[in-house]
Amino acid sequence: MVELFMEHWNAWLWPLLWIVIKILVIVVPLLIAVAYLTYAERKVIGAMQIRKGPNVVGPFGLLQPMADGIKLFLKETIIPTSANKGVFLLAPCVTFLLSLIAWAVIPFGEGMVLADINVGILYLFAISSLAVYGILMSGWASNSRYAFLGAVRSAAQMVSYEVSMGFVIITVLLCVGSLNLSDIVMAQKNVWFIIPLLPMAVVFFISILAETNRHPFDMPEAEAELVAGYNVEYSAMTFALFFLGEYAFMILMAAMFAILFLGGWLPPMDIAPLNMIPGPIWFGAKIAFGLFIFLWVRATFPRYRYDQLMRLGWKVFLPLSLAGVVIVSGVLVAFDMLPKAG
Amino acid sequence: MGAIARGIKAVLLWELLCGMALTFRYMFKKPVTINYPFEKGPLSPRFRGEHALRRYPNGEERCIACKLCEAVCPAQAITIEAEARDDGSRRTTRYDIDMVKCIYCGFCEEACPVDAIVEGPNFEFATESREELMYDKNKLLANGERWETELAERLRLDAPYR
Repeated sequence: MVELFMEHWNAWLWPLLWIVIKILVIVVPLLIAVAYLTYAERKVIGAMQIRKGPNVVGPFGLLQPMADGIKLFLKETIIPTSANKGVFLLAPCVTFLLSLIAWAVIPFGEGMVLADINVGILYLFAISSLAVYGILMSGWASNSRYAFLGAVRSAAQMVSYEVSMGFVIITVLLCVGSLNLSDIVMAQKNVWFIIPLLPMAVVFFISILAETNRHPFDMPEAEAELVAGYNVEYSAMTFALFFLGEYAFMILMAAMFAILFLGGWLPPMDIAPLNMIPGPIWFGAKIAFGLFIFLWVRATFPRYRYDQLMRLGWKVFLPLSLAGVVIVSGVLVAFDMLPKAG
Repeated sequence: MGAIARGIKAVLLWELLCGMALTFRYMFKKPVTINYPFEKGPLSPRFRGEHALRRYPNGEERCIACKLCEAVCPAQAITIEAEARDDGSRRTTRYDIDMVKCIYCGFCEEACPVDAIVEGPNFEFATESREELMYDKNKLLANGERWETELAERLRLDAPYR
């Protein structure tokens, strides 16, 4: 009996358990980070508008995210009578799950990655494209004009900006010669890609603002015209899932930016005090920096008009990123700096 | 030249960076927040808050039921009924203000010849039901008693400008 158990234990039970533990080690801090990102957002924007932000619940308002979470959890989930119930409930789950599963390929440090697959960047890109489905499904299933318009806008916006994002990623890949995220980070050992590829990094950053539907491109959520866009009809936990998904996606995009341009878990310079700090802390700090810029931008700029948004995406960023691909590959070939195979 | 400079500025996102620098500087400014339920902002003596009916120092009601406030009220929120009291003076038997209708214009207080109806400094009289906002004479007189010190002081401060 014991032998049989041990056989199963060694064969698949332990590996399975080990993976579940690893997933929890990634997802639990991630969800806490999401909760405190909402807090940080309110604090940072408050400070920039010379307000205080939440400061009542707990010391410095630190328990505010918990209070918000409990509030959303205890509220009633309202399903509109005309909504398509199944899809309506599926949509927030899809959004939330997609923003979590993408974290499987993110390397937190040297060798600290759940799934070290060779097409990591492609996987990330695929997941971020799939995120459109959660939004489209919610907009369609709500059977409400505002929600539908918001969803259509969101879908169009995300698809448009993915094009230029893709080209920017190609310029990075040209410099690396691998789609593996750990390899991309290691290729930045000497110099972070933000220095040679600064214009591409800027295009990429602005594109991820649009991709995550953040200010100043938060068209789908334009509360002044579309009430709240695709999530008008959602309440309580379904809404909370959208919210969590959206913020987890923001963190994911900041992580992607850190990996592609800020050297992932690598310290700025490989010298004594800097390389003593473990990689995951550098990585976390870079993500936090990216997220701070997200919030900073939100506190600074007014919302784009929809046609301006589309013009920027198709008429500015697309040619710019295409030119970037041509120039980067041209320089690499001309100076014989292409990454060698193997 | 101007066009070229503008073009370079646009490509370098100069204006956007200036804007971001501005918000970054603001982040380190002292917040102007007043912690509302614990701290309150200053109110002008002319602030028009919750109504109150005042009394003379000897306890006699000021209101003489002239109904000027009822007549002037643009929202027709005031209802007054009056008859002679046993001692022959004219007093209200009913003085109702519908606080839901009231627009807090302060005309009633301006119309009043005896400073009986006034709008006080209190603005925290939210209720959980609409009925509680139908103020009657007792409620208004009680308000008057509760706020008299402040009401008198505010009238004194505002007197030179009336």
